[in-house]
Amino acid sequence: MIELMNVRKVFNAGQPSEFSALNGISLKIVENQVTVLVGPSGCGKTTLLTIIGCMARPSAGRVKLGDREITSLPERFLTEIRRSTFGFIFQQPNLIKGITALENVMLPAYPLGTRRAVLKGHAIRSLDALGLSEKAYSKVEWLSGGEAQRVAIVRALINNPAVVIADEPTAHLDRSLSHRFLEIVGQFKAEGKTVLITSHDPLVYQASVVDRVVKLRDGRLEEET
Amino acid sequence: MNAPRVRKSTLFLFLTMVEVVFLGLIFVHAVLTEEAQRANLQEKSQVVTTLKLTDLCLFPEARYARHPSQADWHAAFQDHPLSLEHFPAGSFTAPPMRPRWNEHENLD
Amino acid sequence: MKTWIEKQQYLIDFTLSSLLRRKVKNVSLLTLYILIVFILASVMFFTHSIKKEASVILHGSPEIIVQKVRAGRHELFPIRQIEQLKTIRGVASVEGRLWGYYFDPDVGANYTVLVPTARVGSLMQDDVSTAAVVDAEDEHEGASGQSGEPLYRTNLETLEPGTMVIGNGMARIRHAGRGDLLVFRAFDGTAMSLKIADLFSSKSELVTSDLVLVTEADFRRLFGLPADAVTDVVVSVRNPREVPTIATKITKVLPDARPITRDELLRTYDSIFNWRSGMMLVLLSGAVLAFVIFAWDKASGLSAGEKWEIGVLKAIGWETADIIQMKFWEGLVVSLTAFFAGVILAYLHVFLLSSVVFEPALKGWSTLYPQFQLTPFVNATQLTTLFFVTVVPYTAATIVPIWKAATLDPDTAMRRVGE
Repeated sequence: MIELMNVRKVFNAGQPSEFSALNGISLKIVENQVTVLVGPSGCGKTTLLTIIGCMARPSAGRVKLGDREITSLPERFLTEIRRSTFGFIFQQPNLIKGITALENVMLPAYPLGTRRAVLKGHAIRSLDALGLSEKAYSKVEWLSGGEAQRVAIVRALINNPAVVIADEPTAHLDRSLSHRFLEIVGQFKAEGKTVLITSHDPLVYQASVVDRVVKLRDGRLEEET
Repeated sequence: MNAPRVRKSTLFLFLTMVEVVFLGLIFVHAVLTEEAQRANLQEKSQVVTTLKLTDLCLFPEARYARHPSQADWHAAFQDHPLSLEHFPAGSFTAPPMRPRWNEHENLD
Repeated sequence: MKTWIEKQQYLIDFTLSSLLRRKVKNVSLLTLYILIVFILASVMFFTHSIKKEASVILHGSPEIIVQKVRAGRHELFPIRQIEQLKTIRGVASVEGRLWGYYFDPDVGANYTVLVPTARVGSLMQDDVSTAAVVDAEDEHEGASGQSGEPLYRTNLETLEPGTMVIGNGMARIRHAGRGDLLVFRAFDGTAMSLKIADLFSSKSELVTSDLVLVTEADFRRLFGLPADAVTDVVVSVRNPREVPTIATKITKVLPDARPITRDELLRTYDSIFNWRSGMMLVLLSGAVLAFVIFAWDKASGLSAGEKWEIGVLKAIGWETADIIQMKFWEGLVVSLTAFFAGVILAYLHVFLLSSVVFEPALKGWSTLYPQFQLTPFVNATQLTTLFFVTVVPYTAATIVPIWKAATLDPDTAMRRVGE
């Protein structure tokens, strides 16, 4: 379970462009549930995700992962946690150009030094599960938008994370691909993973697989359903 | 597009190994050739002793550069001290070094 | 340990993929890098080898040469003053040398004309044992006698008037061989022909390439040298340690004489190709400048794309340390390859191809030039220095800009480009 206590995030502190993205968020994310964060653009959804996913630190407030407080952990430990606990799916696939889909998928595991044969096998199987085995050796520039997004999903899962975080995952996907994505989310849930999604796509937050919707406005939580 | 190629890092490490081996071979070659050339060096040494030579024939283009050890300080400046070098050889050699025995000379 | 090795391999994989992305730029960079290392290493090998050869070969040169100087220029040495030198205590022998330069206008070359002195007669082709006496310090006396090609077949004591022994360089340039007749212009304008009795061996070209050995009579006839003068004088001493003292004594006996000791001679060749001399300074400055430019290019910061990439890597779980290690490999891959390739090519260039690239510079304007193969004296210290100069700064330069970028929050790094 992930808990946030009165988290604030301020950008460009002390400068004229100072801007407060999150103004005191207190939130509990329950295990093995699909939670969706909803809100207009600029309300701080992405910022909140990055803090939960250990990609950024809050300016104030505390974050707990299970029993462990992670707010002020040194960077090394934070990265360790991020690597092993979270799988991040961005709005844009954010794949590294100039290398193949397979290499992209294996990247998160490189620092762990897993035997290549093992890692490669795992990666190929995962790509296959999402119907991408033919594109494994293609350079990412040659993938379509949907394919790229799916490669990004496989990449996010390569270290078998307990929590999957997705930021506007269906923003660049058509209807059928969006449905496909929600199916995959269902699989995650079945595997015992926790899923956290931000979206303003009704297709997503009204889906049956979703357990909880949290509304965000101007860096503050609104009522829940 | 589907064929897996040789892993890049393996290729690189292999090439590096090859280069290291080559470098090793070069060292071996150097040592062996040095041994083999010893006779040749002896030959040249003997010519020097027999004919009382003082210099290697490295810069035969100019008289003053041909025997650098016999040339004096101003030999390079055949016209005057500010004249530019006439021959490329001058840019390779400097006037020979002198020992300090001059300083201990008695003037009386 | 195994995971560490596997991890490094992964990092190298990624680095190579990264480099291959901008193939043209990186291949050009690598080529240029190799070229610079090649030139530096070639210069290193060449100069070290020449210096070493000089110190070995010239070890048998005369102990003291005495020149006469008048008005700052080299004058002829009067024979009668040889007796004065003989009176100096500690002097073993004093002999005159006859040598000079002959300019051949047909080919624009200078020859060194030399008269072999009386002692020379002991070196005959088949007289191995006397050959051994000449250089007592040498351990390989036996071997040198059997070195294959003899120095020259003619007995120099009986070098006949009207004949000469010439070096290979001269033979090449005049397209002449044994038995051919060459015409010289004597000091008074008259023609003087000399027959080639023999040639020096090609193996000795480094010291004999432009030599012309003639008899004393022919020498004096050619240059118009009076019978009472020699070019300079060779003094040998009984006790080698006494050389500086005796040199001083010589200047006392003959105030206008200039002694040159073997020590000075050897030191001349020690400082040859010194980094202070024109050409070398230019080369070195060029190389240093190039390295500085490479390092600057790397160290002056990352492009937005590179920063974005680092952000992505951090987002997917790479630590700062991982990123730095990866960049370290990037620097090492390029500089290590450049070093090895450059050094190997340089060795082949200098010792197997006789420094073809440097030939135009070394030859200068000489029309006559010796062909020689240098002995590969390789200095490990110099190579190590070159390694550190080549590899360390460049590798360090790749890491420097990463430090700042790698410590950014991945979120911030990715935002810069706009998600």
